Amino acid sequence: MDSLIAPLLNGTADGALLLIAALGLALTFGQMGVINMAHGEFLLAGALTGYVTQQMVASTNLSILLALPIAFVVAGALGVVLEATVIRWMYDRPLDTLLATVGVAMILRQLVLDTFPSQGVGVVTPDWLDHQLDVFGYEWPLRQLFTILLAGACLGALAAVLKFTSFGRQIRATVQNRALAETLGVSTRMVDRVTFFVGSGLAGVAGVAISLIAATDSTLGTKYIVSAFLVVVAGGLGQLKGTIIAAWVVGVSTAFFTDWTTGSIAQVIVFVLVVIFLQVRPQGLFTVRTRGLA
Amino acid sequence: MITRLKSSLPLLGIAALALALLVVAPAVLSDLRLNNLAKYCCWAMVAVGIGLTWGRGGMLVMGQGVFFALGAYAMGMHMQLESVGDGGIPTFMILYDPLAPLPAFWEPFRSGVFTIAMIVVAPVVVASILGFAIFKRRVKGAYFAILTQALAVALATLISGTIKYTGGDTGLSGFTSFFGYTLDDPLNRRLIFTITATLLIGCLVVVWQLYRSRFGELLVATRDAEERVRFLGYDPANVKLVAFVVAAVMASIGGAMFVPIAGIMAPKSMDAAASIFFIAGVALGGRAALFGPVLGALAVGYGQSTLSEQWPGTWIYVLGLLFVVVTIALPGGIASLATRGAGVMAGLLVGRRPSHRKAASA
Repeated sequence: MDSLIAPLLNGTADGALLLIAALGLALTFGQMGVINMAHGEFLLAGALTGYVTQQMVASTNLSILLALPIAFVVAGALGVVLEATVIRWMYDRPLDTLLATVGVAMILRQLVLDTFPSQGVGVVTPDWLDHQLDVFGYEWPLRQLFTILLAGACLGALAAVLKFTSFGRQIRATVQNRALAETLGVSTRMVDRVTFFVGSGLAGVAGVAISLIAATDSTLGTKYIVSAFLVVVAGGLGQLKGTIIAAWVVGVSTAFFTDWTTGSIAQVIVFVLVVIFLQVRPQGLFTVRTRGLA
Repeated sequence: MITRLKSSLPLLGIAALALALLVVAPAVLSDLRLNNLAKYCCWAMVAVGIGLTWGRGGMLVMGQGVFFALGAYAMGMHMQLESVGDGGIPTFMILYDPLAPLPAFWEPFRSGVFTIAMIVVAPVVVASILGFAIFKRRVKGAYFAILTQALAVALATLISGTIKYTGGDTGLSGFTSFFGYTLDDPLNRRLIFTITATLLIGCLVVVWQLYRSRFGELLVATRDAEERVRFLGYDPANVKLVAFVVAAVMASIGGAMFVPIAGIMAPKSMDAAASIFFIAGVALGGRAALFGPVLGALAVGYGQSTLSEQWPGTWIYVLGLLFVVVTIALPGGIASLATRGAGVMAGLLVGRRPSHRKAASA
């Protein structure tokens, strides 16, 4: 029983992390068509925000809660700067956004290497998260439950904004028909900027959660970015439910394969499975059907 | 007369490059620098392939490290076995487990002929299967780029994780001879340079021939209007597949020659970061031009080894900025400047006034 429960729970927590990281990508890639390879470095920015907050605030119990909104703003601001300086020039050239943001990611990574200790920094888990839950005999770390709840909260907030607020309606209108939205008086430039802010900010939140689980060094972003992209691609663009399912499946299956083989082999197997899955459904799990040829 | 001149210009360029690499470079460069140049030539071979797939075919391949690794590890395994002699077992395996027999898939690489065959056959097989699956299902654009990058990440992780068979992160090293030629002898290293440079020129000739053939036209047509090509009765998937496979073979040959030159092959030379490094030269030089990728890759390779020796951090900033600036301001790379300049020059030569008068009067 333990051999099933442990990977299931750990995998779900990993999937939740992937989900927060992928939600931001689903917004920027799925809804705006921009491929932001620096998204992984925004995760890193979030994790480092968690570390810096911890250095500033004496109580580790409090700092993690403070770090979440701060990381959202820090990463979001980075996103807005990136949008205003680089991405705005190439909305009609998606492949080029990919290359340009690869360059930005390299610069950000090196900046982190030059500013922070190269062996990485440690973020202390607050006392109230440093417990285990007894789940059918498996001692489940509470911080994993925390990441799952965090992912749920991010998802709920994002879905509510998209569905119920006027700004959410403007985002959806811009996605569905940019020209028509403009005609109706929606400032699509503004919508682009704010969407980018929110998408990047979510990466910051994910970064704080990752810092509790993994080592925070300059390679953190690179580790997550490809998986996060695969989740978005496998989930299908334009709808959040595909991203949720894909994140969970990738997280749990990686955990199970890690249990049966080793971490690196598991990663390879999951990558290959996603590639095979895309053979069956090239548009991902769910997709908005159009009559377009593309 | 002018059109004939124009069509033979690329050949003249290739000849000039061959002259520079095969005659001038060995005469003026020291052994060490020549060896470095040989390394850049390996990267340039990968770049020529990327120019074909990305520049002419519109497929951004972010995982050429996969094919680079196929060639490099085939060569590395052969040279490792050659260095330990008949029946010997590579040192890293003995260190890991003194009693372990040679893994079965290593055994055939004792044969040089088999190794050379695999350097070409392995990428053809892998790229065909992969490309067939991807292109037939019409996966393209960013999806394609991300998939190829994911494969590079996956392979690098796999190699790092299988220390027993591949040497893991430390990689394969400690080679002493290359097909019977001892690597200590500077003369033999010059021979390796000559082989590498010749192969690079060969790649350029292949690509030049492809570009001027009907296939080259189809490839550009597929890049610019895939659906129209399909409506005309061609299958774009096949066109893309051929370009992808040719590029894979070039990357594999580049990887194979990289091993005797660098003296080591580790996942660091083929992972996602390395695969992106391969693209840097292509973007800088001009992805769609014939000479853009080669010259760009040579320049970026030179930049990396000179700058990164003195200021490793600075080089990363330069490389990152290069990607940002080139993609924003100069998507056609430096070659697009040259083409513009050449247009003006040709106009002057023929006596026809170019469209912008300022250039003519200046």
